[in-house]
Amino acid sequence: MPADPMPLLDVRNLCVSVPANGGMIRLVENVSFCVDEAEIVGLVGESGSGKSVTAMALMGLIDSPGVQVRGSARFRGQELVGMAPRALRALRGRDIAMIFQDPMTAFTPVYTIGWQIDEQIRAHERLSRRAARARTVQLLAEMGVPDPARTAQRYPHQLSGGLRQRAMIAMALSCNPTLLIADEPTTALDVTVQAQILELLRGLRHSHGSSVLLITHDMGVVAQTCARTLVLYSGRMAESGPTATLFARPAHPYTAALLDSIPPLYGPRPHRLPAIAGLPPTPRERPAGCAFGPRCAHVHATCLPAPPALASIGPGQQAACVLPAEGTPLPPRATAQATQP
Amino acid sequence: MIPTLLRRLGQTLFVLFGVSVLVFAVFFATPGADPTARIAGRNASPQIMEKVRREYGFDRALPVQYMTMMKKLFITRDLASYADRGELVVPQIEQAAPVTACLVCGAAFIWVSASIIMGTLAAAFRDTWVDRTLMLAGLVGISIPVFWLGQVTNLITQSRYHDTWLFSWVPGLGYVPFSEDPGGWFRALVIPWVVLAVMFIGIYSRVLRADLVALAGEDFMRTARAKGLSPTRVMLRHGLRTALVTFVSLFGLDFAQLVGGGALLTEVVFGLPGVGRLTYRALTNLDLPVIMATVMYSAIFVVVANAVVDMVYLLLDPRVRDAR
Repeated sequence: MPADPMPLLDVRNLCVSVPANGGMIRLVENVSFCVDEAEIVGLVGESGSGKSVTAMALMGLIDSPGVQVRGSARFRGQELVGMAPRALRALRGRDIAMIFQDPMTAFTPVYTIGWQIDEQIRAHERLSRRAARARTVQLLAEMGVPDPARTAQRYPHQLSGGLRQRAMIAMALSCNPTLLIADEPTTALDVTVQAQILELLRGLRHSHGSSVLLITHDMGVVAQTCARTLVLYSGRMAESGPTATLFARPAHPYTAALLDSIPPLYGPRPHRLPAIAGLPPTPRERPAGCAFGPRCAHVHATCLPAPPALASIGPGQQAACVLPAEGTPLPPRATAQATQP
Repeated sequence: MIPTLLRRLGQTLFVLFGVSVLVFAVFFATPGADPTARIAGRNASPQIMEKVRREYGFDRALPVQYMTMMKKLFITRDLASYADRGELVVPQIEQAAPVTACLVCGAAFIWVSASIIMGTLAAAFRDTWVDRTLMLAGLVGISIPVFWLGQVTNLITQSRYHDTWLFSWVPGLGYVPFSEDPGGWFRALVIPWVVLAVMFIGIYSRVLRADLVALAGEDFMRTARAKGLSPTRVMLRHGLRTALVTFVSLFGLDFAQLVGGGALLTEVVFGLPGVGRLTYRALTNLDLPVIMATVMYSAIFVVVANAVVDMVYLLLDPRVRDAR
């Protein structure tokens, strides 16, 4: 379906709030984005910026008491927010699959890898044990696991982190999902394994036709992998746009600061790597105006009364910052080319 | 896995040897106390004292005494209790052990099934009235002393309401061997089973609930839900199965100490001639050979049960299997 006008996943004004101290605290506020067919979208932000909460909310996996999810998330036109648990369960694992940050703890320790992948296949399709295992072995082989038949019979603790993450991806892909949500899939792995796993994720578009929502805090991973990027700060969208544009001409000071904190590969090394001063606010203590205000070098009076609205900057690029509208946009980054693949 | 099992068996034998030496030392090699007088019992005549001294070799070196004692316990099995007019000790224990085993196994079956159901339900309905009611019931069960509960059930089923339709089937206190009358055996034991199980149901269901609630926050439980499994399957196949590892280790210890004589109060209250009651009687008579033999027996049981638990562990937890 090349001429499909409807994106695969269309998230609009997603809000997630949890009760605390008698009120509701918004962990995620008005997040909107789309994922198209066979596209990799990056969701970037510091710890606590609401990346994982957003993903978990899409999957209906938040089960803390009293949590409220509002807004809309349409997956192939089906509304995910407020969907009946049974219907959502059928979707989960089959059409939308998820892989998690820490492959060490993401498998149940007392079952073999193969058993756990079989379980997911058999939860969604009527297949015999033997047929499920055959597919499991084939999937493991596709993910580059050596000796897949024997690996399937091994327990999670017997495999290395990289192998476990491959097995995790094999499990996520076992029912040919159209959307794969990868929550920091490479954070717990060392750099060479990280590169292999990212290569694997990139290949999924062609081999399985899957779209990927890649959650990460690593700008380098985004640059290597994602077509479009969404930057979250303190549960709100700071900026979104095509990755190349975002890296070349960041419109939000937060994005720019994130990019500046990557050591340049070429040219003179800075004496000290610029870091963003201070800590991100907790959702409880978010300041009245722009949440990034207290840490922003360009903060001034117009930032303070209310959070700036998302405004269109260029083709496909949006930023929640007052600077472009006031005619003083950030300068394009000189080192942008260096960090691109 | 086989070498692991063999090694564990070797360790068990070694520990048993150590335990027997210790028990022997406590009873017969304590300085300043004459074991002869203690074995012979109160007001023994000098002739008996002399006979005991020679029979047990108390005039010879300690290792010889130890060997004599172990021979009398395990090989010739003619350790006799002088306080009780020469009755042999080992057959007494052999008679008492099946009673205790029946009592404890039945109770264990009840408390394991009840606590798994209660703990799982409470965890599944966490923070609802189901959870609170079950856990409160568990707390009440833990708080009731077993001898009191036994006496009260006796009062109700044996005297106060014995003639009503509800409890007329309850036989008098005592034990009926299974081989004589299976129905009578069951009727004689069912109330002691429940009474003994009550406290353990309380403890185990609370422990299991706490484990399951802690596990619910684990990554692999989230993975299981993300796979699209039903909540029941996530809870049972992933949560409960993993929580069983702790459950089994707890169970092994409690089961062993009960079989080894820890069910004393229940046995005394219900007049069951088990190991606990044997120990109780021996203690009141200061019947040293019997006390030593029951202590030895229960030590063996705890050690063996621990070995069994370790082996079940190997089956339950693949991580343990590789760690050795």
